Amino acid sequence: MNRFAALLDKLSFEPSRNAKVRLLVDYFKSTPDPDRGFALAALTGALSFRHAKPKLIKTLIAERVDPYLFDLSYDYVGDLSETVALLWPRVERSAEQESISLATVVQSLMGASSVEQPHLLAGLLDGLDETGRWALLKLITGAMRIGVSARVAKQAVAEFGDRPAHEIEDLWHALSPPYLELFAWLEGRAGKPETDNPAPFRSAMLAHALDEADCERMPLEDFRAEWKWDGIRVQASVGQTPEGRKIVNLFSRTGEDISSAFPDIVEALAQEPLASFAIDGELLILRDGRTQPFGVLQQRLNRKLVSAKLLTDYPAHIRAYDILALDGEDLRPLPFDERRRVLESFIAAAKTARLDLSPLVKAANWNELAAARRDPAAAGAGIDADAIEGIMLKRADSAYLPGRPKGFWFKWKRDPATVDAVLMYAQRGHGKRSSLYSDYTFGVWRNRGDAEALVPVGKAYFGFTDAELRELDLYVRNHTVDRFGPVREIAHGKNAGLVLEIAFEGVNRSTRHKSGLAMRFPRISRIRWDKPAHEADRIETLEAMLKT
Amino acid sequence: MVAAECLTLTAAGLYCSAGDFYIDPLRPVPHALITHGHSDHARPGHSKVLATPETLAIMAIRCGPAFAKSTQALAYGETLKLGDAEVSFHPAGHILGSAQILISLNGKRIVVSGDYKRQADPTCSPFEPVRCDCFITEATFGLPVFRHPDPSAETGKLLASLQIFPERCHIVGAYALGKAQRLLALIRSAGYDRPIFLHNSLAELTRYYAGTGLAFGELRPLIATELPKLGGEIVLCPPMALESLALRGDAEPRKVFASGWMRVRARARQRGIELPLVISDHADWDDLCRSIIDSGCHELLVTHGESDALVYWAQQRGMAASPLHLMGYGQEDIEGQGEERIGTAAEGSP
Ligand SMILES: [Zn+2]
Ligand SMILES: [Zn+2]
Repeated sequence: MNRFAALLDKLSFEPSRNAKVRLLVDYFKSTPDPDRGFALAALTGALSFRHAKPKLIKTLIAERVDPYLFDLSYDYVGDLSETVALLWPRVERSAEQESISLATVVQSLMGASSVEQPHLLAGLLDGLDETGRWALLKLITGAMRIGVSARVAKQAVAEFGDRPAHEIEDLWHALSPPYLELFAWLEGRAGKPETDNPAPFRSAMLAHALDEADCERMPLEDFRAEWKWDGIRVQASVGQTPEGRKIVNLFSRTGEDISSAFPDIVEALAQEPLASFAIDGELLILRDGRTQPFGVLQQRLNRKLVSAKLLTDYPAHIRAYDILALDGEDLRPLPFDERRRVLESFIAAAKTARLDLSPLVKAANWNELAAARRDPAAAGAGIDADAIEGIMLKRADSAYLPGRPKGFWFKWKRDPATVDAVLMYAQRGHGKRSSLYSDYTFGVWRNRGDAEALVPVGKAYFGFTDAELRELDLYVRNHTVDRFGPVREIAHGKNAGLVLEIAFEGVNRSTRHKSGLAMRFPRISRIRWDKPAHEADRIETLEAMLKT
Repeated sequence: MVAAECLTLTAAGLYCSAGDFYIDPLRPVPHALITHGHSDHARPGHSKVLATPETLAIMAIRCGPAFAKSTQALAYGETLKLGDAEVSFHPAGHILGSAQILISLNGKRIVVSGDYKRQADPTCSPFEPVRCDCFITEATFGLPVFRHPDPSAETGKLLASLQIFPERCHIVGAYALGKAQRLLALIRSAGYDRPIFLHNSLAELTRYYAGTGLAFGELRPLIATELPKLGGEIVLCPPMALESLALRGDAEPRKVFASGWMRVRARARQRGIELPLVISDHADWDDLCRSIIDSGCHELLVTHGESDALVYWAQQRGMAASPLHLMGYGQEDIEGQGEERIGTAAEGSP
């Protein structure tokens, strides 16, 4: 238990993903079975302790610590598990208590009834030091929040065994704690565990956001375009047990089994005559042949209980865009175009109406594609346009690769975020634009001490029409207050300045920028001649969009 | 009340009229008795300063040799008559030269403990309990969640981290006076014998400590531009410099911080500390309680820190206990912020 506690402790302070993986690998190397397997289970969320609720923990501490001192302490520390771990009175411990294994802790807690639980937990807490108590309380309340996802844990397993991460992912659903056969295989003491799951999850292939600046270097004919549906990404995996029983599993993008929430889909897929297949697609709600926007699907997802009424009111549907396996054959190594052909004939032959094909979007060039993205209804999506959030681009020759490999799949979202910013500096453009001021640096408001000042947050050099460019150029020339080499400073302040509506794809943290953040793919979506500079947005608006 | 007969709380700090002196005053006064060299207790500009020889030397290093018009040294255990009062200094175990000040007046004994700790520390004389009627204690870590672990286990974490991340520089933030030198001693006693790199603001105090007979092994001055070359080494710096040193990206340093505050995870995370070491030069909850009991006092005054819990605890035990609202103490270690930051440190109900 001490080793596990030390691991959690270190992980909780470690910001770097690579370092986390290393700490985990180090732990797997230095910790024997079955402890390391239970640790892996804890980190991947494969353990749950029914009886251990905060109420029980509060009761236990109230029996041991003055309530006033507890309240002051809890106020100060702010976290129940941590407060209790720190306050728990020291008692004499035996060497046996101190060296208790994680496996013993997990197994005894799992085996205890709700009546036995308080006494058992108190005994365990008595036997551990502060870090051990903290780790134990985090473990049983299931609220680890130490910044380690199941993905990171599996990545570490892969590195420990020097195997590709997707191999672990593919295997994962056939394994269970404490993963003895997994570690035996990774250490070369045994063969690869059999995936006897006839309907396993296969790691999903994920897309990168499209950087429009890269478009020019991407020949469109190398890619296939599809609508980006605003539903949930699912993988339907169907197989048969050796006894001939059909198994249908519906997984989320991360491999979570969500079959029980969608009995309508499961039932429909079970009717398909083919013994085994795996489909990658979007789960959507269809009413009268019309694809519903995400908000409608959300209403179904919000219900815990899947009632008959819910199934009638929110009929679920899978819009397929890829096929990963068919009749025992792994199709993932095939190029996209070939998988697509298989998928098309598979869907054509499918019995159920709950499965259909996500159409390809035809575009002869980037302009046509941009137009389709702007107005999907006019570009063939028709009444389904409300359920579309952009365009997907997939390389025609790429295999289906797990994870988020670079250069193969791109998402080009439809509605970018926008922010109103103030023009601060301008610079001449390149090539045919070199006579015009066409590169613009803009900023948003931020508190500096007790005054407000504009802080630059990005640069944009497209998004406007030629006519707008000429207007902007004229504005720049007429409002220059200073020059630094090729750069002109444009009047900006509370009572002066031009507001630009900037569209962008997201915000990242950045140490290179004074503002501490960088906008992804910013461009000018509108010139707000009408808006006074002091009404422009504040830095907090952008900070709120940072992915935490 | 014993304290009320002997001491008054003035804007400049605690004042003893019988001996016409102040203890750790916050502004310049004619006669100051100083418990120890931390900047929130030892301020320059007094006419006359009475302190242990070590504290006087430390003040001269930190504030310049002209920190007071005149000075007088009083070694541990010696007594001095000041007016009707008699004063003596007793080891507080906090840092080199730190003292509790015992004031005897009209047969009553008052101990002003300054800052103190009970944990072993090779860089200073150990705390000596002094029996008294009234004990005036700090409460920096005056909550029962603060129980400092064995410091050698904490330095063990640092050495273990060097094993797992042998290519990364380990930058350790430690308060310049006392903590840094104690840390050096702890690291050396754990058997680490590579050179340790010192930020220049730690150099002079460390040299002074070494001059009292402490062996710190090979120390090298830190040249910030060479930080990228210090993979796998230990660098010691004041807390304020930790952030800027760690930002020197390509060295991929690990941020380590040694402080009692590291006991609370949120505190460590707020500062982005990757390896917190719970090493403190203040008494933890158990040692605060133990020291109060050891003093045999029936009257307790609690100065800077978390006074509520400690006052409550003492009252439960039948003592006359109350918080003493002193502003301006307790900033030298709190959060490792700037030494000169002044704020309200003593809070609590009147
Ligand atoms: Zn101090
Ligand atoms: Zn202090």
